[in-house]
Amino acid sequence: MNFNIYDFTGFVNSIKQWLNSVFPPAVADITGFVIIGICFLTFITLLGLSLVYIERKVCAFFQQRLGPMRVGFWGTAQTVADIIKLIFKEPLIAKGSDKFLFNLAAFIVIVAPFMAIAAVPFAKGLHVLDFDIGLFFITAVSSIGVTGILLAGWSSNNKYSLIGAMRSGAQIVSYELSVVLSLLTIIVLTGSLQLSAIIESQRDGWWIFKGNIPAIIAFFIFIIASTAESNRGPFDMAEAESELTAGFHTEYSGIKFAYFFLAEYINLFIIAAVGATVFFGGWMPLHIGNFEFFNKIMDFIPPIIWFFGKIAALIFLIMWFKWTFPRLRIDQLLTLEWKYLLPINLVNLLMMSVVALNGWHF
Amino acid sequence: MSETVFYILAGFILIFSVLTVTSRRILRTAVYLFFVLLGTCGFFFAMEFNFLGAVQLTVYAGGIVVIIIFSIMLTSDLQDKLEAAGVSKIFFSLLAVTAGAAVCISTILSYKFPALTNNVLDSSMNTIGLRLLGYQENGFVLPFEVISILLLAAMIGSIIIAKKADVNK
Repeated sequence: MNFNIYDFTGFVNSIKQWLNSVFPPAVADITGFVIIGICFLTFITLLGLSLVYIERKVCAFFQQRLGPMRVGFWGTAQTVADIIKLIFKEPLIAKGSDKFLFNLAAFIVIVAPFMAIAAVPFAKGLHVLDFDIGLFFITAVSSIGVTGILLAGWSSNNKYSLIGAMRSGAQIVSYELSVVLSLLTIIVLTGSLQLSAIIESQRDGWWIFKGNIPAIIAFFIFIIASTAESNRGPFDMAEAESELTAGFHTEYSGIKFAYFFLAEYINLFIIAAVGATVFFGGWMPLHIGNFEFFNKIMDFIPPIIWFFGKIAALIFLIMWFKWTFPRLRIDQLLTLEWKYLLPINLVNLLMMSVVALNGWHF
Repeated sequence: MSETVFYILAGFILIFSVLTVTSRRILRTAVYLFFVLLGTCGFFFAMEFNFLGAVQLTVYAGGIVVIIIFSIMLTSDLQDKLEAAGVSKIFFSLLAVTAGAAVCISTILSYKFPALTNNVLDSSMNTIGLRLLGYQENGFVLPFEVISILLLAAMIGSIIIAKKADVNK
């Protein structure tokens, strides 16, 4: 075992070699898949639990109260207690609903972020799927989730669910455009969609600093549009509880409700991971050009800490939005996307092409 | 390994294709179609045409199926069921299906698939991008631009159809 916190390539290879020495090739492959799957399931569960806790605490502090405090130290075991309650709850199915689609919808919603998280680069060598279309793959599999939301709303046989699903479908489909276009603005500079290549291209500085003004505009559009795409406040019209009870998941209870909840938080993580990778260099430490001394100091901090630090900062930013801005109306929401963000985005893409062609970036 | 994956995907597609045409609930047929398209996407990934696989996911599974589901949601009710097909309808559609299948199968069986040995196709993202916008030999910039004009025309057309009449007039 050659474990190295700065480069996981050797560690992963030694596990692979050990598997191949113990099992025949086909069995070794399948065992490898199962191990990776179990790692991801554990990671996602822990991620969901901790993000729900963090969200409740952040919300509480913004509203000048303490939030969950009673279960465990500072309420840290509160979400564990919640999930145990949800597992033991009876999964109700509304009368007159389409049972097959009702059950299927929860799975489609949760499968999409599970697939996307496989392409996220956690640290050097700690990367499951490194396609040459990496970023495109993440956006492609995330687009499956909307099918699940629409099905959930329709099969519940409930007016509120249906309206919630229609709203959230329209919202996700429109804001997807802006997310992809803002990412494309940076792809003009990287010249590759492969996530490891995108990170490698930021060895002498992150794109948000190197990419001049268009990169900063692209980041603002990305963070707005992806907050909206994940149905989070101030864009959570789909769940506007004052008018629609809970939108498309009104009829879900127990563990299936937990799936929708978990999917929302994994999506939040994936958005933060994509934003961190494209704009802030992923696991790449903060480097400034050829300033060797400074770069060496930064390299002492392990990449995995850089990665999770950046993600934590972005997640906090998105939570900050949710608890400070008032909710938009559905027409305002669509106006924002189609009349403001999309034209700004297209002009910004053009601007970035001019910058890249003239070499005005760093 | 790859053969097993092929048979699993083929069985998956076959089952859901049959379900797509036999189910009597309209939204369920759309969902079965969604699974068929996902299976096709699996084929592309198994052949390592990653770009085509991701395009299949975004355009068909994430785009067209969503449009179909949207239109069904707006037009039909949960309890709606399509009427069962009559005997003559079943007979003639079976006839058409067998004829179509016979033509396809006979063509596939008579074609000798030559294995590519010397020039393996380069399907990396870079090559695809350069070829799509290339104007030299093997470039596709003209079809690319023609298709983009077609899409623009379609979008303008749909906006004009969807636009409400002027209220003040």
